[in-house]
Amino acid sequence: MFSDELKAWSWEDTTREIAAMTAADVERALSRTHCDVRDFMALISPAAEPYLEQMAQCSRRYTEERFGRTVSMFIPLYLTNACTNSCVYCGFHVANKMARTILTPAEMVQEYEAIKRLGPFENLLLVTGEHPAKAGTAYLAQALDLAKPYFANLKIEVMPLSTEDYKLLTHHGMNGVICFQETYHRENYKLYHPRGMKSNFEWRVDGFDRMGQAGVHSIGMGVLIGLEKEWRTDLTMLARHLRYLQRHYWRTRYSVNFPRMCPAENGGFQPNCIITDRELAQLTFAMRIFDHDVDISYSTRERPDFRDHMATLGVTTMSAASRTEPGGYSTHVNALEQFEVSDPRSADEVVQALRRMGVEAVWKDWDSSFDHLKQLHLSKQAK
Amino acid sequence: MENEQTKLVIAGREFHSRLFLGTGKFRSNQEMSAAIEASGSEMVTVAMKRVELDDANDDLLSHVVRPGLQLLPNTSGVRDADEAVFAAEMAREAFGTEWLKLEIHPDPRYLLPDSTETLKATERLAQKGFVVLPYCQADPTLCKHLEEAGAAAVMPLGAPIGTNRGLQTRDFLRIIIEQAMVPVIVDAGIGAPSHAAEAMEMGASACLVNTAIAVAGQPARMAAAFARAIEAGRAAYEAGLAAQVHSFEAQASSPLTAFLN
Amino acid sequence: MNVLLNNNSVSTTACTLQQLADELQWPAAGVAVAVDNQLVPRKAWAEKELTEGCRVTLVRAACGG
Repeated sequence: MFSDELKAWSWEDTTREIAAMTAADVERALSRTHCDVRDFMALISPAAEPYLEQMAQCSRRYTEERFGRTVSMFIPLYLTNACTNSCVYCGFHVANKMARTILTPAEMVQEYEAIKRLGPFENLLLVTGEHPAKAGTAYLAQALDLAKPYFANLKIEVMPLSTEDYKLLTHHGMNGVICFQETYHRENYKLYHPRGMKSNFEWRVDGFDRMGQAGVHSIGMGVLIGLEKEWRTDLTMLARHLRYLQRHYWRTRYSVNFPRMCPAENGGFQPNCIITDRELAQLTFAMRIFDHDVDISYSTRERPDFRDHMATLGVTTMSAASRTEPGGYSTHVNALEQFEVSDPRSADEVVQALRRMGVEAVWKDWDSSFDHLKQLHLSKQAK
Repeated sequence: MENEQTKLVIAGREFHSRLFLGTGKFRSNQEMSAAIEASGSEMVTVAMKRVELDDANDDLLSHVVRPGLQLLPNTSGVRDADEAVFAAEMAREAFGTEWLKLEIHPDPRYLLPDSTETLKATERLAQKGFVVLPYCQADPTLCKHLEEAGAAAVMPLGAPIGTNRGLQTRDFLRIIIEQAMVPVIVDAGIGAPSHAAEAMEMGASACLVNTAIAVAGQPARMAAAFARAIEAGRAAYEAGLAAQVHSFEAQASSPLTAFLN
Repeated sequence: MNVLLNNNSVSTTACTLQQLADELQWPAAGVAVAVDNQLVPRKAWAEKELTEGCRVTLVRAACGG
């Protein structure tokens, strides 16, 4: 399990090592066709800032080699904002006095149909707060079953589950799981997640092993940039985690997300760091140069112009027309959002903008009929 | 310590040398023994053969066995998984070791390993408690399967055996090394110390060398040369090799990143 | 009786594998024996009875890579 592996890496040493990177380390990393984690550290370090243009060139070349000039489109659906956790930075915090919505099966279908009217979406991401009693595995299975007739590819972004539950949901048509570790800093993790199920660092970080063991087809990772002042250290830990998972669960596809916090306007949780567009671009290029095949996903947290450019330079997956409040597409348009969307464009507007940049939006890259075969295979294995 | 190389561990046993030696093709047992000595190797392969009735009773093992040396019997000559399991049990009886270089090559011309039979045999032998080191194609997916089947290490080939052509499979070896959770020992095709150094610079855990040493003009000197090359290659890998650096002139314009300004 | 030792017919008075080993002065270590393709560990040699025409395989170390 990765929680054991992680103990071998000192946060402080990693931070020092990144700070000590030089131009020579950056040039060395840029010259290699296959980078290791140390190269990644050089590429995200301040020493690489003057090399941003060269990094962009490398990143674009690798991305085009592996993905062509395409971006895969997806749309999230928040099923519920009910949550038992008390993440100090999150609007769904259990102590927040707010109306909690849990979509009923009828409402789910209504939402699916509303989404299909927004664009030819085939990749759906089902998102929940962490509420095992009200929105547990059985609830998710139902949401997946109802979504299947509408979408070719179903992913979930929910609380970490057991291996058995991941397996079960695979049988209900789930192709992928996204889970943000938020931070790899073990001690500080407890400060940000003081109570509830999420306060268990090991359960969360080892969730990725459980996904791998369950044979989940696609695993999405991320740290919440803004929690740790030393965000580069956190991303280095993520790169190590990615390599670990690739070695152990080598049949799985991986994606990474770089959610970054903005300063809170209402006096809520103030991020411990704010990274600029330039830094996020550098990080994105670094990830692509480090791993030519990993999916890099940008949500509508990012602004239109920035997203459009980055789609030509390394980003391979994007959401569009997103609502981050449960039922936001038709049933409960005024419920509280988890985060503010910065790209409010319609799906069609995004597609047109990408086309002007020379990038083709792809709606479907996986046919659900293959999943039928995969399930046959899984049930054979289970026997 | 900064200059101390990380130790190679296979199935819980520590090796100080990353050069493994084959004992075939030497002109004499004396030359072979001298080469083992000069190589510093702690793992040496041996084969099995049927005893001929008129055999001169020259015991090969007396020239090989020494303190701190791990014998690695191979299954050379077997053509499928069933024969390999039989050969493995014979080897365990004869040499008193569970360690095994699994090689299954039904093809007598190129001695290329049979991937499907090797995978089957690895699984069965690992279950029987053997420390299985399969000689295999430089096939990254196969190597992951072998690992899952219980291989203690994988031994992908660098080139067809005995050809001394170096790392013809380097692109695949690189992927195997990147993905592996067990040691990767490059076997077959290594014809010169520079080939071995290249494998080690790529991050291979060890190299198995036979022909290039056995048929050298002076095998013992060649064994020592390989030992140094392997040490140098490993040190270079651990030190963080500087790649060929492209020129990074300052660029007047930044067409791709101007939007960030 | 006759046994097939490594594909050569050998005439012997031995009834057990141990007696055959003594008769032919096999080495005390470094060999393995199978009778009709079944490995017979050294400690079982004394109990292993030979039959007319049985196939005895005796192997020992050889050079190899």
